[in-house]
Amino acid sequence: MKDRIRKASLQVNQNEGLIFEKSSPGKAAWKLPPLDVPDVDTSKLLGSSERRDLGNMPEVSEIEIIRHFTRLSTWNYAIDLGMYPLGSCTMKYNPRVNEAVARVEGIANGHPYQPEKISQGALHIFKTLSDCLIEITGMDAITLQPAAGAHGEMTGLLMVRAYHQSKGNARKKILIPDSAHGTNPATAAMVNYAVENLKSDSRGMVDITALEAQMSEDVAALMLTNPNTLGVFEQDIHKIADILHAKGGLLYMDGANMNALVGKVRPGDFGVDVMHLNLHKTFSTPHGGGGPGSGPVAVKKILEPFVPTPVVVTKADGTLGFDYNRPQSVGRVRAFYGNFGMFVRALAYIQANGPDGLRQTTEDAVLNANYIRKGLEGTYDLPYSTPTMHEVVFSDKLQAKKGVRTMDIAKRLIDYGFHPYTTAFPLIVPGALMIEPTESEPKEELDLFIEAMKSIAEEVNEDPQTVLGAPHSTRVSRLDETAAARKPVLRWKPAV
Amino acid sequence: MRYLPKSPADREAMLKAIGLRSVDELFAPIPAEYRLSRDLNVPRQMAESEIVDYFRQRSRENGEGYTGFLGAGAYAHYRPVIIDSLISRGEFLTAYTPYQAEISQGTLQSIFEFQTMICELTGMEVANASMYDGSTAAAEAVMMAVRLTGRRSVVVARSLHPEYREVLATYATHQGMPLSVAGFDGDGRVNLKELEKSITPETAAVLVQSPNFFGTIEDVASIAEVAHKHGAMLVVSIAEAVSLGIVEPPREADVIAMEAQSFGVPLGFGGPYCGVIATREKFVRQMPGRLVGQTVDKQGRRGFVLTLATREQHIRREKATSNICTNQALVALMVNIFMTVYGKVGLKELAKHNLAKAAYAAAQFAKHGKVLFNGSPRFNEFVLETTEDPYAINKRLLEHKIVGGLPLKKFYPELGNAALWCCTELTTRSSIDTAVRLAAESEGPVRSPKEESGVEEVTR
Repeated sequence: MKDRIRKASLQVNQNEGLIFEKSSPGKAAWKLPPLDVPDVDTSKLLGSSERRDLGNMPEVSEIEIIRHFTRLSTWNYAIDLGMYPLGSCTMKYNPRVNEAVARVEGIANGHPYQPEKISQGALHIFKTLSDCLIEITGMDAITLQPAAGAHGEMTGLLMVRAYHQSKGNARKKILIPDSAHGTNPATAAMVNYAVENLKSDSRGMVDITALEAQMSEDVAALMLTNPNTLGVFEQDIHKIADILHAKGGLLYMDGANMNALVGKVRPGDFGVDVMHLNLHKTFSTPHGGGGPGSGPVAVKKILEPFVPTPVVVTKADGTLGFDYNRPQSVGRVRAFYGNFGMFVRALAYIQANGPDGLRQTTEDAVLNANYIRKGLEGTYDLPYSTPTMHEVVFSDKLQAKKGVRTMDIAKRLIDYGFHPYTTAFPLIVPGALMIEPTESEPKEELDLFIEAMKSIAEEVNEDPQTVLGAPHSTRVSRLDETAAARKPVLRWKPAV
Repeated sequence: MRYLPKSPADREAMLKAIGLRSVDELFAPIPAEYRLSRDLNVPRQMAESEIVDYFRQRSRENGEGYTGFLGAGAYAHYRPVIIDSLISRGEFLTAYTPYQAEISQGTLQSIFEFQTMICELTGMEVANASMYDGSTAAAEAVMMAVRLTGRRSVVVARSLHPEYREVLATYATHQGMPLSVAGFDGDGRVNLKELEKSITPETAAVLVQSPNFFGTIEDVASIAEVAHKHGAMLVVSIAEAVSLGIVEPPREADVIAMEAQSFGVPLGFGGPYCGVIATREKFVRQMPGRLVGQTVDKQGRRGFVLTLATREQHIRREKATSNICTNQALVALMVNIFMTVYGKVGLKELAKHNLAKAAYAAAQFAKHGKVLFNGSPRFNEFVLETTEDPYAINKRLLEHKIVGGLPLKKFYPELGNAALWCCTELTTRSSIDTAVRLAAESEGPVRSPKEESGVEEVTR
C-alpha cells in the first residue's frame, strides 16, 4: 500500500516529554542585569500580598527550551509543508515579509497610549488599510477593532441592533441559513437575538420562497455567507437583499469566503449592509495554530454612526488622530484598537499584490477549487452540482457503503502527506468533505492531492481496514476523545 | 505575482482540464451586473524592498527611539530572543487550530503546558488557551458567572481598567445585564462598604482588578468574603501578569480573567495580546474558549486533544458558552515560551526588579509631587498628582524622547492633575532621574510626606 504514497515518506521523529519533566532546581534560561536602583525589602513593601512560592513552574536551560519547542513543532503539519485544504479556513501562504515588517521597532514596540503626535506611523497604517478594505468590499466605513471573525460578527450585530433601536425597535431575531458556520448562531445569541434557521434549496442556495415567508418586521438581519459554505455564490443575492430591505431588515455578510471575491465583485455593490472580513483568511495573516485573527467590520453609511470607538480621523492640521466622541457608537468591543500587528501584515499583503495581484489571486483560488472538483467528480459524490467558487464540497456517500466515513478518509489523507479537508461540515451535507485549496497551490500539488484522494477511494473498495485504521504514520493515532472529555486531564501534575 | 505558484501554461492546462476556455467562465455564477470591470483602487503592486521601506518609514513616525513610563494595561518588558526564533517556525506559525490531533501534537502539547503554567501562577485549577485579550476575557468571565449563578447583574470596581469597563458595558448592554460601579478608597483599593451596598440578590459577579488600574494590590480576600456572603461570584482581572511572580495570586477568586501580554508579547500598539480565563474545575463546563486535555491513543501512547468541545460554537451553535472560534494561539505560545524561560525563579526575580524600579521612581517623584494611594501595597505602577497639568509635563519630557505617565483626567476627572506612571525592569535609573528632574521644573521641592516604601531601609 505504501508505494501508492508519492508525497511523503516516514522519517525519524524526536520524542519529547512535557517541559515539567525536564525541570530541576538550579537550571535557568534567564539572566537579569544588575539592579541600578536600591534593592527593596519585598515583605515590607507587599506585606501579606507577597508571594513566596511559584509552585511547579519549570526550571530549564535555553538549549532545552529550543529543543523542546523545536521538537514539538516537528509534530505539526503546516502550510509551509504542503497543501492544507481546510474548507472555509483559507489556508494560504503567509508571506514572510509580513512578519519582518511587523517586527520593525516602532511598529512592534509602539505603546497604545503614546501621544498621537508620535503615533502617526501606526495611524497611517490604520487609515491606509481601512481605505483599502473599504474599496475592496465596496462599503462606506469600517472598524478594525474586532479581534477575530466571530468578534466581528458580534460587533456587526451590535451595530444592527443599535440601528434598529435608533428606529425605535431592536427587533427580535436573526435569520441564518442551515449551511452557516456555528459562530453565526452563537453570535446572534450573544447579542440577545433569537435564531431562526433558513433552509437551503436544491441548488444549495437560500430558498427564496422560504425567505419571503419567514421575513417579517421581527427580523433584524439575515446573516449570509457568500459564497456560502458549499462554495456556491448566492445568485439571487440582490433579490435576497430586496426582500430584507423591503421589511426594514439588514443584510449581514459573513466574509469568511471573501477569497472567492476580492477584485472580482464587491459585497457593497450587491446589497450587503454590514460584513466582516477575516484578515487571517483572505489577507494572509498567519493562523498560528488557532490565532491571532482580526475581524474588521465594514458597513454602509446608515450604520456608520454606530461603529465602535475610537475611530481614526484626519484632524484639521492634517495629522491623524482618534475620535472618541461618537454618541451613537455601540461602544468598545476590545481594549485599545484591535490586533494592530495583523493590520500591518494585511496591508503588506495588499501592497505585495496590488490590484492586479489581488484579482489574479482570486482567479487562481477559484481555478484550483474547480480543478479539484473536476479531478474528483465521479470518485466522490458531489451532492450539489451548482458551480463551485473557491471551495468544493463532496460527500462520503459512495464510501459510506463500505463503512468508511469522511473522518476516516481524512485520517488516511494524513498518511498521504496532506492535511485533511474540513470534515462533516456544512451540516446540510451528510458526511461532507469540504475542500478549499486556495491560490497558493501549484498544479503539481493539486495533482498529488487528486491522486491521493483517488487512491484512498480505491483503498476503500479493496482494503477498507487500511483506511479505517488510519493514520498509520503518525506519532499517535486516533486519540481517545471520549475518555478525554469524560475525565478531563487539563493540566500536568507532579507524580505523588 | 510572486506568491502565486502557477505559470500561464499551468493555468491554460488547468482550464482545459476543467473544460473551460477562459477564467471569466469560472465567475459566471456571479450576476454580470455586479462583476467588477475595473482595477481596485488600492496601492500598486510593490516590491518587497519597497514594502520594507514603507514600514520602516512608518516606524520612524511611531515613537521609534523613545523610552517611557506608560503601562495601564500594556507593559514594556524584555522579550527573550528565542521567543521569535521559535514562533517563527512554520510548523507553529502556519498551522491551523489543532482539530486533527495526529498532526497537531506540537501545538496541543504546548497548549497543555500553557494551561498548566497558568494554573500554577494563578492558583486556579483549569485555564483555557486563549481569549482575545484581557478586556474580552473579563467580559466573558462575567457572562460565565451569569450562566453559573442564574443571576443577571454585575458590580464592577471603578479601579478596573476603564477600557475593560467599556468593553464589559458593550457586552452587557444587549444581554440585559445591569452594571453598577463601586468606587475606590483613599488607599486606592475598592471601597468595601460601597461594594457591599451595590450587591443585590441579583448580582451574579463582582469584578475587580488586582493589581488594579492604579497599580494598587487589592485585598482580594476581603472582597471575596463580601461577594460570597451574598452569593455572587468573584471575577478578578489581572492586567500585569509579571505581578504574579511576587504578588500572591487572587486564590479566593472564582474566575480569573487575565491579560498575559506582559509575558513576552510585544506592545504592538495594543495588539495582538493574549487573554486567558482560569477557574475552578467545577465551573469548567461553563467556560468559554478552547481546552486541551491529555488522553491516550489506541496503542496507549500519551497524546493531547481539544476537549469539552460541547461547550463550543461549532457543536452547540446558539447554545454555546461563547461564539469564540479563532483565538490568540500563537500569542499564547509566546507567553508559554516566556514563562518557560523565566520559570520558577526567574519570574520572581523579574517581578522584584519591577517592584524595585517603581518603588525608586515613586520615592523620587514623591519629593516633588504627591504620590497617591500610599496606604496599600502596589506593584510596578503608581499615581502621581502634580500641580501642573501632566500633559504639560509630558510635553517637556517628549522633547527628551521620554513618554511620561498617562494623564488620568480622561478616565478619572475626580483625580485632577494625576497621572499613572509605570516602571518595568527595562526602565533605567537615569531615565527615572531625568523624568523626575523635568517634572520638578514646575513642582519645586518636597511637598508630600516621605514616601512609604522600603527603598531607604535596604541598601544593596
